[in-house]
Amino acid sequence: MTEPTVPADTDPNSVRKVMNVQAHTVLAWRVFTEKMGTWWPLAVYKIGKTKAVDAIIEPRVGGRWYERGDDGSTCQWGSVLSWEPPSRLVLSWDIDANWQYDPDLKTEIEVRFIAEGRDATRVELEHRKLDRYGARRDEMRRIFDTEGDWGRLLAMFAARAVEETRA
Amino acid sequence: MMNAERVLDALGDPTRRLVFKRLREGNRSVTELARGLDVSRPAVSQHLKVLRTAGLAVVRTEGTRRLYAIDTRGIEAARSWLDGFWDNALVAFKAAAEGEAAKERKPR
Repeated sequence: MTEPTVPADTDPNSVRKVMNVQAHTVLAWRVFTEKMGTWWPLAVYKIGKTKAVDAIIEPRVGGRWYERGDDGSTCQWGSVLSWEPPSRLVLSWDIDANWQYDPDLKTEIEVRFIAEGRDATRVELEHRKLDRYGARRDEMRRIFDTEGDWGRLLAMFAARAVEETRA
Repeated sequence: MMNAERVLDALGDPTRRLVFKRLREGNRSVTELARGLDVSRPAVSQHLKVLRTAGLAVVRTEGTRRLYAIDTRGIEAARSWLDGFWDNALVAFKAAAEGEAAKERKPR
């Protein structure tokens, strides 16, 4: 499996990732936006109190980006700032350092889908304006980025372990 | 700040996870925790010691009893240790998109 690569960029207010996906751009866009609930790690990356079952992006500028719990409740994460299928998406990420929704936070996530031949897409993601976290910027940047050489698998194990003990 | 690595190590042991789970049901003494578990009291004490060091359990004295309870600091440490947020999300996205692409390519 290809790990996402980190460009040699150490902007303290931004995290950048590049991922190559063996899927054409329209499909990559669709999976990212319409089917987010099928891949977003909802067991770990969610803010609601109930079990999260879906992650939804309303397909228009100004649309909400939110999680839906198994009891039907919703928790907003942010909003759609730019909607340019199938090539560019900008979302606001309005979850503060305490993992609470704060509509005034407004960090930004830009995702670009760049065709690489017919059946491959280069996905570039930037999470920026992390300075909006103020004193907790570095702490949050570390969470969004990878720290040291911690393995992804270990992180997944950790997630499972935490979930299991909460079950 | 608790050491997340210690938390992960502590929860890596199945028996210790079981002890930890039982603590979530409420405060317990060592004897109560050992009851129903296929482990000796000293072994349970040892597990509790590890859980305490990891920030997953606390002990307090009530009269002559020593009662153990959940300490949430360890859980918080493990959660905030889940760094690599975007790496995890993108790896999952890649798998989903490629799964869909494979479905599309499948001859009908």
